[in-house]
Amino acid sequence: MGRYLFRLPDIGEGVTEAEIVAWHVQPGARIREDDNLADVMTDKATVEMTSPVDGTVTAVHGEVGAMLAVGAVLVELEVEGEGNAPAQAEPGASVEPPAPPSAATGESRVEAAPAVAPERTSPAQAAPRTAPPPEKSRAVAGRVDIPIGPRQVFAAPATRRRAYELGIPLQFVPGTGPGGRILPSDLDDFIASGGMARAPGGLAPRTGGEDVKIVGLRRRIAERMQEAKRRIPHIAYVEEVDVTQIEALRAEMNARPDEGQPKLTLLPFLIRALVRALPDFPQVNARFDDDEGVLHVSAGVHVGIATQTPGGLMVPVLRHAEALTLAEIAREIARLSAAAREGTAKREELSGSTITITSLGPLGGIATTPVINHPEVAIIGPNRIVEKPVVQGQFVSVRKVMNISSSFDHRIVDGYDAASFIQALKRLIEHPALIFMGDGA
Amino acid sequence: MSGRTLRPRVLVVGGGPGGYVAAIRAGQLGLETVLVEAGRPGGTCLTRGCIPSKAIIHAADLFAETSRAAAQGGHLGIRLAAPPTLDLAATMRWKDGIVDRLSNGVTALLRRAQVTVLKGWASFADAKSCTVETAEGPVKIEPEHVILATGSLPVELPSLPFGGDVLSSTEALALTELPRTLAVVGAGYIGLELGIAFAKLGVRVALVEAAERILPLYDELLTRPVLDWLHAHDVELHLQARAGGRSARGLDIETPLGDRFAIPAEKILVTVGRKPNTQGWGLETMAIEMDGRFIKVDERCATSSRNVWAIGDVTGEPMLAHRASAQGEMVAEIIAGKRRRFDPVAIPAICFTEPEIVTVGVERADENHVVGQFPFMANGRALSMEAGDSGGFVRTVAEKGSGRIVGLQAVGRHVSELASGFVALIEMGATLEDVAGMIHAHPTLGEAVHESALKALGHAIHV
Ligand SMILES: Cc1cc2nc3c(=O)[nH]c(=O)nc-3n(C[C@H](O)[C@H](O)[C@H](O)COP(=O)(O)OP(=O)(O)OC[C@H]3O[C@@H](n4cnc5c(N)ncnc54)[C@H](O)[C@@H]3O)c2cc1C
Repeated sequence: MGRYLFRLPDIGEGVTEAEIVAWHVQPGARIREDDNLADVMTDKATVEMTSPVDGTVTAVHGEVGAMLAVGAVLVELEVEGEGNAPAQAEPGASVEPPAPPSAATGESRVEAAPAVAPERTSPAQAAPRTAPPPEKSRAVAGRVDIPIGPRQVFAAPATRRRAYELGIPLQFVPGTGPGGRILPSDLDDFIASGGMARAPGGLAPRTGGEDVKIVGLRRRIAERMQEAKRRIPHIAYVEEVDVTQIEALRAEMNARPDEGQPKLTLLPFLIRALVRALPDFPQVNARFDDDEGVLHVSAGVHVGIATQTPGGLMVPVLRHAEALTLAEIAREIARLSAAAREGTAKREELSGSTITITSLGPLGGIATTPVINHPEVAIIGPNRIVEKPVVQGQFVSVRKVMNISSSFDHRIVDGYDAASFIQALKRLIEHPALIFMGDGA
Repeated sequence: MSGRTLRPRVLVVGGGPGGYVAAIRAGQLGLETVLVEAGRPGGTCLTRGCIPSKAIIHAADLFAETSRAAAQGGHLGIRLAAPPTLDLAATMRWKDGIVDRLSNGVTALLRRAQVTVLKGWASFADAKSCTVETAEGPVKIEPEHVILATGSLPVELPSLPFGGDVLSSTEALALTELPRTLAVVGAGYIGLELGIAFAKLGVRVALVEAAERILPLYDELLTRPVLDWLHAHDVELHLQARAGGRSARGLDIETPLGDRFAIPAEKILVTVGRKPNTQGWGLETMAIEMDGRFIKVDERCATSSRNVWAIGDVTGEPMLAHRASAQGEMVAEIIAGKRRRFDPVAIPAICFTEPEIVTVGVERADENHVVGQFPFMANGRALSMEAGDSGGFVRTVAEKGSGRIVGLQAVGRHVSELASGFVALIEMGATLEDVAGMIHAHPTLGEAVHESALKALGHAIHV
């Protein structure tokens, strides 16, 4: 009986890793040559991994969804004859004489550690986890060898920790330090450039470039945006609103805050206006399951707050906005956006919104065409507030005005309803007293 | 305390370097934390492992040195009028004093971090229901998070069950009288450390190892100076030999050629490995996936059971105190909401043998590496403290091309203290040129690190 390690083969030009998309065997399975072991996906194609040998599967490495480096062990098999790896002794063999540990056990650790470390696995983990049991049962001082691979990151612990906190895979960050070491400033540059490698400055012509693999949060954002635009026929609507009054109210409240009231931005006011307007437009506060053909209209208002984070756009969710006061909304937004930025937001805090607000704040421009947060049906994008001369009757006065951009799922919301909804919102914002009439906000 | 049910945020089971560090950090982070320990705070490491063994090793060194000074002609011009005598019981009391101080220190740190410490045996009815048998009766604990840090136990040989004259490291570190002869089964680091210490105390030591060489997991070059020391000091060595049972004359062994004979042994010390402590406290009720005999954990030390974490020896190799502590600190931070994972580039390992061995990172270089090795024989500090002639050296392994240092090893007297420098260079991603550009204090052993890097660059000065 021998041990055979099936490693992820070179599956195409320039492919260094592949995603496991399906397993067709589990430990214990007896297989014949050419049986399909697993499907792996590269950015080009899905490839079947077939077994080159007959044997029994003793271990599989990586869950569905995991990225595996070319050369890493995918499946371990027990085969007739020699195999291609040192035999794996029975657990405990090395601690129970009379069987002396063979020289091979000492080597098997080396063999078991993949030549190219799979990116998810830190070297220190790889060694103990893949080391065969007899090795482990010896209490000889352990060491962890560094698997040397082309994509091994090369950065100090604090840099690695910070990158991990921010969800940035360091192997995509170009290092400018000696020997290609990733310096703290390289990470800063990478973040500042939105995950794209920054070209050197100066007046010299810039040559070369970098192929940056879109992974992690950026990849998720890309997929979600594409999904939204592909599935949802968007209709955009932009309206100008006069925010002079509501801004005056806001300034007054901030100047003389109630006990415990945080500093208020316009956003909590907008959310209260939304909450007020939505009951008359229930189909706007909803999630559309287009596979099932069902529109889930929500009674509660769960507002997605599009938030810029170092890793990219995230949308934490303010739950039951209808049940929160202005101050509570402000506090919750501050908490959620901090959590999103620090990468500590929980899954529940990042899902389940029924309508989304996206604002670029003072950067906001004249108008935007926001992309709906699938599977919702509406998104509101307040733009920048500007002071403008406005003709009021016979007079021209300086007013604070702001455009509200909005997009709707045209399958669900007709243009007329979309416009009516935004007009309702406009009325509430321009006459802020209406927002608060009859409730305890 | 009995009859009460505690509902803390965190329950830590095991007060070793894994568990107590986890508890202190959790306490610092404001998490309400309970630590359960059946023995003394400090665990294996403090009470019967790292610390006591190093204390005995130090005493043995001193005894050997003074014995040399008392021998004919003295040593380094130092003469003692009479040979030293050893009161092993007093040595053990001194060692126990150190253990007491450290264990009390740990207790004080736990108190300062506002950790509730329960002395008693914890057992689980399921993953979140724990009962601790304390002197005042049972205490129930229903925590939000559990950190398992139950450590490891010595492995017993069926033919040599512990008890009587057959000792585990624990009993060996508590002997109050020296045996005249000692057979050590297993020449891993624990067996060698203790075997060498007893040899220095004047015991006739025989080592029995099933593999072909001592410290079989280490690179042979690193172990050679230790082997030389054993030979020079008449420590009997039986390699590729199997230990049988106890016989009237000592320990039965069988050599690779099939010879069977007994080696004299008043006591037999069995150090063939340590096994994770996974039995007798209800692990089987917790729905936790195993990885062989160890608890399976991911890179965050999470087990397969939600909010149950495991750290230290119970989770696998390398079974070392500093790994346990690093994991403990990390898990506490994860529970407190920080985003962490265990991703050291290398974990250092030290053998406190004679001479000492330190190794960090890549040990066996291949064609992708450059290697620089520098002997202590050419290091002034080493010569000035008699550390130059043991065959010791420092070795630097770097990646070809980038020059990035991926491995550092040393063997020689007192080299254990070089470990922190080694780790720093590797974790910070230093290159050979970085080391070449650092000024090392003279005269120190550390200069050999500088020279070994220069050697790898092709221009060592002193060799
Ligand atoms: C002789 C010797 C020398 C060593 N030298 C070194 C060295 O030089 N350097 C080094 O890094 N490592 C050394 N080690 C290894 C080191 O001691 C261990 O790696 C370390 O102690 C592991 O820490 P831990 O927290 O995982 O577990 P442990 O230190 O084993 O602690 C576990 C604790 O949990 C308690 N416990 C277990 N189950 C329960 C329960 N159900 N209820 C209550 N309490 C429980 C036990 O009483 C024990 O105190 C040595 C070990 C030995 C034996």
